[in-house]
Amino acid sequence: MAKRLDINDLNLYYNKFHAVQDVTLQVHARSVTAFIGPSGCGKSTVLRALNRMHEVIPGSRVEGSVLLDGEDVYAPGVDPVQVRRTIGMVFQRANPFPTMSIRDNVVAGLKLAGVKDKKRLEEITEHSLRGANLWEEVKDRLNKPGGGLSGGQQQRLCIARAIAVQPDVLLMDEPCSALDPISTLAIEDLIAELKKDYTIVIVTHNMQQAARVSDQTAFFNLPEVGQPGQLVEIGETGKIFSNPSQKATEGYISGRFG
Amino acid sequence: MTESTNSEWRSAPPGEAVTSPGDTGNTLVGSSEEAASPEHPTPPEQSGGRKKVIRLGDRLFQSVATGSGIFVVAIIASIGLFLLVRAIPALQANEANFLLSGQWRTGDPEDMAFGIVDLAWITVASSLVALIIAMPVAGGIALFLTQYAPRVLAKPFAYVVDLLAAVPSVIYGLWGALVLAPVLKPVALWINGTLGWIPIFADGNVPANSGSNVFTAGIVLAVMILPIITGVAREVFSRTPSAQIEGALALGATKWEVVRTTVWPFGRSGFVGGAMLGLGRALGETVALTVILSYTFEGPHYSIFDAGATFASRIALGSAEFNNHLTVGAYIAAGLVLFISTFAVNALARWIESGSGKGKK
Amino acid sequence: MRTDTADLERPASAPAFQQLGLGRKIKNHTATVLFGLAFVIAVVPLLWVLFTLVQRGLAPMLNAEWWNHSFYGLLPNDSGGGVYHALVGTLEQTLVCALIAVPLGVTVGIFLIEYGRNSKLARTTTFMVDILSGLPSIVAGLFIYALWITTFGFDRSGFAVSLSLVLLMLPVVVRVTETMLTIVPDELREASYALGVPKWKTILKVVLPTSFSGIITGIILGLARVMGETAPLLILVGYSRAINYNLFEGPMASLPLTVYTARKTSTEAGEYRMWGAALTLVLLIMLINLLATLLSKLFAVKTR
Repeated sequence: MAKRLDINDLNLYYNKFHAVQDVTLQVHARSVTAFIGPSGCGKSTVLRALNRMHEVIPGSRVEGSVLLDGEDVYAPGVDPVQVRRTIGMVFQRANPFPTMSIRDNVVAGLKLAGVKDKKRLEEITEHSLRGANLWEEVKDRLNKPGGGLSGGQQQRLCIARAIAVQPDVLLMDEPCSALDPISTLAIEDLIAELKKDYTIVIVTHNMQQAARVSDQTAFFNLPEVGQPGQLVEIGETGKIFSNPSQKATEGYISGRFG
Repeated sequence: MTESTNSEWRSAPPGEAVTSPGDTGNTLVGSSEEAASPEHPTPPEQSGGRKKVIRLGDRLFQSVATGSGIFVVAIIASIGLFLLVRAIPALQANEANFLLSGQWRTGDPEDMAFGIVDLAWITVASSLVALIIAMPVAGGIALFLTQYAPRVLAKPFAYVVDLLAAVPSVIYGLWGALVLAPVLKPVALWINGTLGWIPIFADGNVPANSGSNVFTAGIVLAVMILPIITGVAREVFSRTPSAQIEGALALGATKWEVVRTTVWPFGRSGFVGGAMLGLGRALGETVALTVILSYTFEGPHYSIFDAGATFASRIALGSAEFNNHLTVGAYIAAGLVLFISTFAVNALARWIESGSGKGKK
Repeated sequence: MRTDTADLERPASAPAFQQLGLGRKIKNHTATVLFGLAFVIAVVPLLWVLFTLVQRGLAPMLNAEWWNHSFYGLLPNDSGGGVYHALVGTLEQTLVCALIAVPLGVTVGIFLIEYGRNSKLARTTTFMVDILSGLPSIVAGLFIYALWITTFGFDRSGFAVSLSLVLLMLPVVVRVTETMLTIVPDELREASYALGVPKWKTILKVVLPTSFSGIITGIILGLARVMGETAPLLILVGYSRAINYNLFEGPMASLPLTVYTARKTSTEAGEYRMWGAALTLVLLIMLINLLATLLSKLFAVKTR
């Protein structure tokens, strides 16, 4: 079910502001791709463009193409709702639906899409929660509200919710930035497991994390304040961290700026 | 399996038809246009930019939401229009000067003479009496609740004041006419006797001891608008930046000095805005005044011991003679004047309030 | 203030904490007393009104006949009778008002926050709703009279009253919906979109349930407010001493109208009934306020 993504000449705008310029990169299937770079370099914007969440912000605009196994998610006639069912997303701050129980949170995507088969929902709940390493912790309180879980558990609940709709790709926007080290470790372990089945793209500010979890790393940078963000280089994670080809990448990784 | 999911995009999911053009799609707010990129020319059948896919459900829902917005706008616009259309024929049949006459003779559509001067006087006088009483009290309550009352008590106390707004106006009317007026009688007599040389406290067109005059009405109105003014004032006073309050405290100011130098200047204009909202409410209050004020055919003496009718109570009293278009039109003309004045007062209130707290920081 | 506890016994050398000047002290205390007094002034009429109502209105309510009889056939001096006819009218009129005002108002609120943010139509709508919120109730009644009765040619009826109450209730519903939808964080909307949920379903199944508690509370409080309205009733419907279940035909009683009308019978029995109806109305409104509090607790977003 995992698929590859080809991003070609992606340019992203907020009204008049050119946020990201000419990004071209490939995301391989069943692997983890990390986006790193200083704040405001557009890495999250690129991530949100991959499942058409960018256009949710008023006045935003997209140019270029994003191909999922060769098919453009921005092609005319493509329904953004379907794109998002195929490319799931986990956000920076855990955002379980406050009115729903843990169980309903997990299957929210399916239930809202009209799936009514109780038995199937039951199976998917367990499967997704197991997939998110949360099953053992919550199996006895599935009917309790999701808002009662700890921050790390809430974030894993959101991951379970995202994988319950069985997407091909999973996008993660700084999923650990609001979590303590122990919860972060749990999520990182989970990412390592999830990549067996999913194509994962993760935005992170934490370079150790990128080094730990990803197979390839893309470094984004801002040439100057007010300029659009750009992709500086992308390569195998080991190479980017040990022997980057660009000076800016080396500077960022060694902590000289950013 | 890999192939099958992709093609799903292009076909509508069961039960949810996908329709093509339109402006807003799955966006948080508003629309987002996408330009066609030169690298990927749009298919020939689609001219000018990519067409967005919008689900039938979204289109329906958005149309309903937008439609209800338009509906409300249309309804309210038609209020003014309808009142105007109904008022004009009556105004044409009017034998007196609408703005300058104090008469109100509308029973016979062939012979109507009506004007709003007396109505305006009673309306304005009772509202001003109410405002003069309610403003300082409401200001005091708001300062007490936001600056003085212990935190645990502030909320239930505020709730008690809000309860004043929950009592229906017909009950305030009964209470004012049957309970309060007799109690106020000696007060009214004393004011009239001692300060009677000031025209506003002189004898009115009904005896000062009757109780059913502007004086009683104003006091009851004051009670009714108290929660409105207090609510707004509480809100603005509580927004005083705590840095300013702490700054004043650190200079050794007493509580009163803190209030006088920081809280009051900060919230003053918001408080006045709240008072204007209260005035708007007082101008339009109907039933309490219909019950309290006695009706008299004698013109006003421009004293607070006058009786008579306000715009609103005149309309309420006249409902019995609503039997032909022209008579109704006369009352609608009065209603239109009331509508315009409350609108002006409310607009002023919002304007003052929106400016409150700005430029003070 | 803390400074005035400075030690008075201290010798001639300058004290570390100086006493406040007498003038400042007096001013401070006077202000404190006055502000506290203002609150007391507000409580007096409230308690006075409630006391009057209970004192004069409680007796008729204790009679079972009060709850299942009307005033039909009573002569001014007859004692007894009940407000069943008025309860029927009040409940029917406010219920129909709510059936129209709530869906319309909530949809307008959704339009303003979810679709129209800052569009020209949205600003016009907000402006119009502002006007409506300051509309005197008698003018709302006049407008419905001009529209429903003079223009469309219908008779005066309970339904005309409901329509005028809609005008008064609508701004309350729109405002509360707007406020509550603004509080719902955009993150929840995004989370829903990211799961491939269409916008309309996101609004219906995620956004509205999250703000439901606040909206329902505001709506019920608004309902309690219009329930006590009397002015439009005087214009739009005749009073009936008998039970009339039909909103669309004939005169119809309601609690405020009963209080207002009973005032004109200046007999002891009539006054007795007037205060009884007044207390019944206030109790009903309080009951509904209580219901609002309960519902808000019941539907509040839970975390445990």
